[in-house]
Amino acid sequence: MSDAVTLISPNSEARPVLRERGQREVFCGLTGIVWLHRKIQDAFFLVVGSRTCAHLIQSAAGVMVFAEPRFATAIMEERDLAGLVDANEELDRVVDRLLSRRPDIKLLFLVGSCPSEVIKLDLSRAAERLSTKHSPSVRVLNYSGSGIETTFTQGEDACLVAMIPEAPVASEEAPASLLVVGTLPDIVEDQFSRLFNQLGIGPVHFFPPRNSQSIPAIGPNTKFLLAQPFLGETARALTERGAQHLPALFPFGAEGTTHWLKAAADAFGIPELHFLAVVAPGRERAKRALEAQKQHLAGKSIFFFPDSQMEPSLARFLSRELDMKLIEVGTPYLNRQLLSAEMEYLPDNVTLSEGQDVDRQLDRCREAKPDLVVCGMGLANPLEMEGISTKWSIELVFSPVHGFDCAGDLAGLFARPLFRRSVLKV
Amino acid sequence: MQLTVWTYEGPPHVGAMRIATAMKGVHFVLHAPQGDTYADLLFTMIERRGARPPVTYTTFQARDLGTDTAEIFKTAARDAFERFDPDLMLVGASCTAELIQDDPGGLARALNLPVPTITLELPSYQKKENWGAAETFYQIVRGLATEAPAPKAEGAKPSCNILGATALGFRHRDDVIEITRLLNQMGIEINVAAPMGATADDIRRLPQADFNVVLYPEIADTAARWLERQYGQKAVRTIPMGFQATCEFVREVAALAGVDPEPVLAQHGSHMPWWSRSVDSNYLTGKRVFVFGDATHAMAAARVAKEELGFEVVGLGCYNREFARDVRACAAELGVEALITDDYLLVEETIAALQPELVLGTQMERHIAKRLGVPCAVISAPVHVQDFPARYAPVMGFEGANVLFDTWVHPLVMGLEEHLLTMFREDFEFNDAAGPSHLGGHAKVEAAAQPAPEPEFVPMAAQATTQETITVVNWSPEASKELSKIPFFVRGKAKRNTERYAVEQGLETISIEALYDAKSHFAR
Repeated sequence: MSDAVTLISPNSEARPVLRERGQREVFCGLTGIVWLHRKIQDAFFLVVGSRTCAHLIQSAAGVMVFAEPRFATAIMEERDLAGLVDANEELDRVVDRLLSRRPDIKLLFLVGSCPSEVIKLDLSRAAERLSTKHSPSVRVLNYSGSGIETTFTQGEDACLVAMIPEAPVASEEAPASLLVVGTLPDIVEDQFSRLFNQLGIGPVHFFPPRNSQSIPAIGPNTKFLLAQPFLGETARALTERGAQHLPALFPFGAEGTTHWLKAAADAFGIPELHFLAVVAPGRERAKRALEAQKQHLAGKSIFFFPDSQMEPSLARFLSRELDMKLIEVGTPYLNRQLLSAEMEYLPDNVTLSEGQDVDRQLDRCREAKPDLVVCGMGLANPLEMEGISTKWSIELVFSPVHGFDCAGDLAGLFARPLFRRSVLKV
Repeated sequence: MQLTVWTYEGPPHVGAMRIATAMKGVHFVLHAPQGDTYADLLFTMIERRGARPPVTYTTFQARDLGTDTAEIFKTAARDAFERFDPDLMLVGASCTAELIQDDPGGLARALNLPVPTITLELPSYQKKENWGAAETFYQIVRGLATEAPAPKAEGAKPSCNILGATALGFRHRDDVIEITRLLNQMGIEINVAAPMGATADDIRRLPQADFNVVLYPEIADTAARWLERQYGQKAVRTIPMGFQATCEFVREVAALAGVDPEPVLAQHGSHMPWWSRSVDSNYLTGKRVFVFGDATHAMAAARVAKEELGFEVVGLGCYNREFARDVRACAAELGVEALITDDYLLVEETIAALQPELVLGTQMERHIAKRLGVPCAVISAPVHVQDFPARYAPVMGFEGANVLFDTWVHPLVMGLEEHLLTMFREDFEFNDAAGPSHLGGHAKVEAAAQPAPEPEFVPMAAQATTQETITVVNWSPEASKELSKIPFFVRGKAKRNTERYAVEQGLETISIEALYDAKSHFAR
């Protein structure tokens, strides 16, 4: 929109960031339920919202493939808004029905939405009340995934923050432990577990856990690595619990993964030589796998529309390990603190943008004629129709992309659209 | 509050988007919070549209609330007008914006845009997608089609409008092509097809037609009724889905247009009647089919199923209450009770209880059927990317009848195979657990490996009726084994009939004798 564009410099050395405010073509935080409900296997996500919320979740990522999802929506209707019925009584009724249907559920999230936030429905009190009512079989927590407060991956951040008080308190005498924070595919957790084990780092826990009964204890001797760059509030809440953040590059590509593991190795006093010996095979495998993808990607230009907050980290990986040329790296929100290392590794000539005015950004994108655009599903086909290759960004959140053994797959996600275009004769 | 796992319809503003996206030169400014832009992907991904829907969302955030959301709306509307240069602007609010009451209509009027601007009232907490589409189309027609038709030139061909096709509709693209072709063959000109492909000027020309063809009443009924009241345009209401309905449609159109229907009927060229009469189709007789979808498609499908394929319709329902009365009447004619609900769980429970051999439904029923191991064909929106085939595949008109035959018969076990499965159930590789041999996949094998329902899944409605079902008699081990020898596609029916028989006869345990007594009892 007009005159909303400003260039700001957070401090004298920092690079300029293009901040925009206009139409944002992004998902809201409710979308995180799509992967969170598969990760925590005894949890259920009940969105308290409108028909739009229900429609969003079933449309996003084509989740209709799951015949029996562990999520649902309590759709507010006219009589809820008009005060003809008591919203809390209605919620109790819906939760009773839900829990009787799914006796296997141990953790229920009441997830706030735009309408529930606007009418100021107090879900934290409702969660407290329902927790007492269904104790001890079910614990009820709440967080907001509303679009007015959260963008896409921030929903996971909010969900994890809500779970932290559930973690047992680890005492000051407890031995040092490592916590890996952020939803990872099961196979990636296993790969990292093996590496930490070889390094001699342990015990290692993952958060969120696969089961709500196994939330790890957190205390002053907990050191944590963020697996995802969008977990700023979670990092803050963990720090408030006394845990210690290990800042690092995020574990994308050989370099990012090495840096990330090194942060843990240093914190646990692992000798340098041992560290190098343990990571060498994985790092070599990653580099070999990347070499194969490089033929499709080196020298190609790329433009990121904002989506998941993973953009700066992915851009660093593509630029440094695959020689891609970065044009613009858009992110819905730039967490300067968590991304300070990443930003140092980005080339100087890239435009970093925060927020969005989608029409203006599309103008810039068309002008720049990038070889590849990373964008959401609403923009991908229209850009393809204009002759621009795209990669849907949501796949980057849904696929195993972390660590040494997924580095090649991560590069492959970017290479495939370009390769495909070169193969097709229609 | 309504507990919902899946929804059949989106909110009403998605219906409005379907109209705006279908038309040309229209832009819709939607006051909506960040996140509501997800709706774009319905069009760009499911329908594979190569352009963004013509929608600007204000995408306000929490920090904007109470300060300047109205200003954000005005800026967005002004910018959208300048950028997209539409001939018609639509303005409205999504569910959250409805709560903050910024009055998009008033704000848009204050901008004094040089094109017609139509304000949509879309009550999100009462109404749904189809209603939103119908209301939007009606408001556009009412707002633009204000001029009475010019007197008709002497000797001019009869003409009509084709109303109701939208973006994201089930086979709308091909239905319109098929019906246009059919009408042209009858010597009738198409004045305007709308909303799909229509401009604001086309809408202004609607009154020029002699009559209207309403292909999708869910979307065009309100507008067609207004056109009839306003300009005396009659509407053809027969939905040309199925062979007979298409013939009736041709006759109804011919009567209104004053043309002879017989030449077109004589050379219909549809294979469907012969395919259905051919001896190979004998095995289709009496297949128990459950039909669910939007009212229009469900009712038409039920008739085709019964009268043109010789199936037995064991259940019929729709998710849109607006047309509940018609569906009830149709169900009564078929001798079944209509299921009018948008509760996916209730539909699931009904299908599980009825044990049909084929489900004709929406994407939702496809999931239910998959879960229950019943073949399924999709007949109605809500739609999936697979419901937008690359090939020409109308479901209306004479070609549509062919398409219906193929798509409904294809998922079934074929005739001779059915017999062989019945005779030699214990063949280690050719058995019913392997599924129809012409279809891929191994879903059935999995189902056979885990005969017990998943422990986490208890149909909700079934729970509610546990009190009744608990009185159901037990099966003796021998009878149970005998039941398992009956092929899967009729096993459900046999089980249900036997249990009903046992309850009627007051039997405590079902023996092999009782199984066969029940078989003869229910023999037709």
